Amino acid sequence: MEGSKGKVIYVNGPVVKAINMKDFKMREMVTVGEKKLIGEVISIDEDLGTIQVYEDTTGLKVGDDVISTQKPLSVTLGPGIVGNIFDGIQRPLNIIFDKSGNFIKEGIGLETIDKTKKWYVKFTVKEGEYLKGGDIFGIVEETPLIKHYLMVPPNVEGKILEIKEDGEYSLDTILIKLDNGQELKMYQEWPVRIPRPVKERLPIQKPLITGQRVIDTFFPIAKGGTAAIPGGFGTGKTMTQHQLAKWSDADIIVYIGCGERGNEMTEVLEDFPKLIDPSSNLPLMNRTILIANTSNMPVAAREASIYTGITIAEYFRDMGYNVAVMADSTSRWAEALREISGRLEEMPAEEGYPAYLPSRLAEFYERAGYVRTLNDKEASVTIIGAVSPAGGDFSEPVTQNTKRFVSAFLGLDRKLAYSRHYPAINWLSSYSGYITQLEEWYRQNVAEDMLNLRAEMMKVLQEESKLQETVKLVGEDVLPDEQRLILEIAKLIKVGYLQQNAYHKEDTFVPLNKQYMMLKVIYSFYKFAKEAVKVGVPISVIKNSNHFYKIIKMKYEIPNNFGDSFDKFINDISEYFTNLIKEYEGD
Amino acid sequence: MYKEYLSLKKIEGPLIVVEGVKGVSYNEMVEIKLKDKIKHGKVVQLNGDIAVIQVFENTSGMSVRDISVKFTGKPLEIKLSREILGRIFNGIGEPIDGGGPIFNGIKLDVNGSPINPVARRYPRNYIQTGISAIDTLTTLIRGQKLPIFSGNGLPHNQIAAQIVKQARVAEGEGEFAVVFAAMGIKHDDAHYFIKAFQDAGVLDRVVMFMNLADDPVVERIVTPRCALTAAEYLAFYENMHILVIMTDITSYCEALREISAAREEVPGRKGYPGYLYSDLASLYERAGMVEGSKGSITQIPILTMPNDDITHPIPDLTGYITEGQIVLSREIYQRNIYPPINILPSLSRLMKDGIGEGYTRADHPDVANQIFSSYSKVQEVKALSQVIGEDELSEIDKKYLEFGNAFEYRFLKQSFDEDRDVKESLDIAWEILSILPKNELDRINPKFIDEYYRG
Repeated sequence: MEGSKGKVIYVNGPVVKAINMKDFKMREMVTVGEKKLIGEVISIDEDLGTIQVYEDTTGLKVGDDVISTQKPLSVTLGPGIVGNIFDGIQRPLNIIFDKSGNFIKEGIGLETIDKTKKWYVKFTVKEGEYLKGGDIFGIVEETPLIKHYLMVPPNVEGKILEIKEDGEYSLDTILIKLDNGQELKMYQEWPVRIPRPVKERLPIQKPLITGQRVIDTFFPIAKGGTAAIPGGFGTGKTMTQHQLAKWSDADIIVYIGCGERGNEMTEVLEDFPKLIDPSSNLPLMNRTILIANTSNMPVAAREASIYTGITIAEYFRDMGYNVAVMADSTSRWAEALREISGRLEEMPAEEGYPAYLPSRLAEFYERAGYVRTLNDKEASVTIIGAVSPAGGDFSEPVTQNTKRFVSAFLGLDRKLAYSRHYPAINWLSSYSGYITQLEEWYRQNVAEDMLNLRAEMMKVLQEESKLQETVKLVGEDVLPDEQRLILEIAKLIKVGYLQQNAYHKEDTFVPLNKQYMMLKVIYSFYKFAKEAVKVGVPISVIKNSNHFYKIIKMKYEIPNNFGDSFDKFINDISEYFTNLIKEYEGD
Repeated sequence: MYKEYLSLKKIEGPLIVVEGVKGVSYNEMVEIKLKDKIKHGKVVQLNGDIAVIQVFENTSGMSVRDISVKFTGKPLEIKLSREILGRIFNGIGEPIDGGGPIFNGIKLDVNGSPINPVARRYPRNYIQTGISAIDTLTTLIRGQKLPIFSGNGLPHNQIAAQIVKQARVAEGEGEFAVVFAAMGIKHDDAHYFIKAFQDAGVLDRVVMFMNLADDPVVERIVTPRCALTAAEYLAFYENMHILVIMTDITSYCEALREISAAREEVPGRKGYPGYLYSDLASLYERAGMVEGSKGSITQIPILTMPNDDITHPIPDLTGYITEGQIVLSREIYQRNIYPPINILPSLSRLMKDGIGEGYTRADHPDVANQIFSSYSKVQEVKALSQVIGEDELSEIDKKYLEFGNAFEYRFLKQSFDEDRDVKESLDIAWEILSILPKNELDRINPKFIDEYYRG
């Protein structure tokens, strides 16, 4: 099929149709026109092929050539990915910058990670050994944080006939020759739309620790799990995603900026090399991979960016890493599907979205999971997708269908955002399906009663929301003191615990043991205050007590390595209330 | 590829269809010669030997014969040099002020290209607008895109004019210029702006692109693109700080919808095309700063929310792309408060990196946070007081009402000519925050309370 060429007959935005396409394969990558724009075949009807083009089609003519590349849309997987920033089809943006300057022009060609750069390879296998798919044959220190394990591609196996010695090689060098003639290099290619194989899927076991109190304590995300963060504009989706990218305890972060703002990607590029990972003391960029298709970059590449990101994540998972994928925002991806579907004149389903939207969403989220890899390691891909519902209305198709396929739902609330309660995660409408699966882990690794405390706090918040209905009608003053206490404790939880300041150096990341102690302080205060109210201590005394304010400020004033500060604090509270109760009982 | 075709197959609304064409390229410019004049258009679809052309001017008076269509082989380009400062152009970049064409300079494609995220410089310097509500609570940053969400009859034009008048670039930081794109606005609005620029003494530093309400609708699609291309030229070739005012985005979107309907495309929400988001992004994302140039493009798009509805697709999609929004409220305006900014839904996403110590004043972030939090509490108290009456409110709730009033009449309200320094605005903020008891100020670092609280 060498040299088969199609001829363009139709151009409408990113959708191009061509004839003479019989020899092309579905989902094959092609180049279109004089500028060799990159595209993908998305339908074939006898002689007529439809192509979605990943670059601006201005200047394309009827009669232009469509040339086959003989392979599906793939990513190149090897050293040089970590710390890099790519466009939606894995072209490094700094190479595009070198080629076309400040602005991204079309016709850059198919670029990928630098294949001439030399890396030091340390082999872990010897001549004569038998290698099968997924086996590790060498190690490259890609960044100070990440060891890049060189793996046999999943569909290759054989006995090692020839092997190079440890040393510096470029990506293109043949490192190993197998007895069946197959060759292994430092990189492999993988089609983005096909999930990489694993040995087996394992049940969820561990939380993804994010250092964000409302998530870790109230709505935990699991390693290998899925979470959605929906919210109208200005509610802090991107902010939350950035916080997760910075502080979650994954080994590798893949951040997909899908149809979002250019400045946000620049912010990550400027901030992450300066931010220090708390566990390794090295810059966060050493474990971060960025995929950027900003809102003004071609829409078809936006559709591909999600797949590019997840495939890279799976590759690092196969090395045994826990990888977290942040997709910001999946709604833009869904809209890209809609836009292309519209141009293909497909029959629209709900709100103009194509009927296959739910199945595409399911396919995407199902690529997350806690697995045993082909080389017998436990590893995971966690997906956290932001959703941008039109008009902030969660009943729209993308939010609704996403809800069907994710287990943790962190709903952002416009009202909370308006009062600058950040993160604006609504504690009543959000949920996490991982609580029961993670119960054991919390019990063993944090504290026996961590989840009980959580339940108590949730109860207070629930009751408060009911009481607020009454307060709206008659005011707070007429409520009995027990109920007013609930309101005050809820305030403590909201201001002192749920609100977290991303710009405060102590508060931006909070370890689980501090989260637990903070909960314990609030709970102790609540318990004592309840008793005090019973013996007639007026609510105003309680809420004007010094301790009340200290609890609100404790997130700032008690450091993350808190020593015995919390224990002392709880003692103080206990002492204060014991005296107070005595005083009133005496009357 | 200068080829002329002498007849049309079809004319439908703003679209014409030419048959039997060869070698025509997607998005290229077309000149349509009528008996007495030349109109312009661009190729929007190619299908075999048929080209669909979108005509910028009116198609009335065209017939399928007596017409010649010339393909230029290039996308729409405009000629740019420093000479454009002080000039007025129509919606497709032709001079209409009688000053003659621009002779020298370079030609740039109005469609622009996306800025490579690795080439961007992250915006960090604030622009003092002299308006307390903006400077303190939704600080404008150089290189930001911050739209004004308004409604018909609200004073968005005055606010934009006041920003132009008062926004200053500090001494020695380069030249300042304004690019103004009018899309479907009324003649009086256009005159208002011209006069405002005159009063501000910047008229010779303004480039205007005018597509007024009675100008051809389709031309409106290119107007902001011409304006932004001019802005890019001035910012990135001439290293100037450019403030781009685009009004009214709503008219622009309606033009887009009209064309989409004429092309029989599958509609998205409220009949707007499915690509409205990408299309708006191709305008808004042209704000920013790039490596290797000292200039910047700051955008203030103005849009009138149909029926004051912030969830309408136009404000909604805009809000998802821009870096915040300034929302005007009819209710506040009716109480005779100018500028009628409803601060609660208003937001500046970039202010976090451009305020505080080293930029404005150390207490700024906390103060802004506290005002948002307390003013949102004021709304709850107001709702309560409507049910139970003001007299029945608790002491602390009464304090909140007092704070709410002071906020609106002392802090928010200011006159069109009042230019407040950011420190002055922050001092007024402390003056009104001091109405509340100290322990209600839970968003402020105690250190600042000690320093600034007046009780």
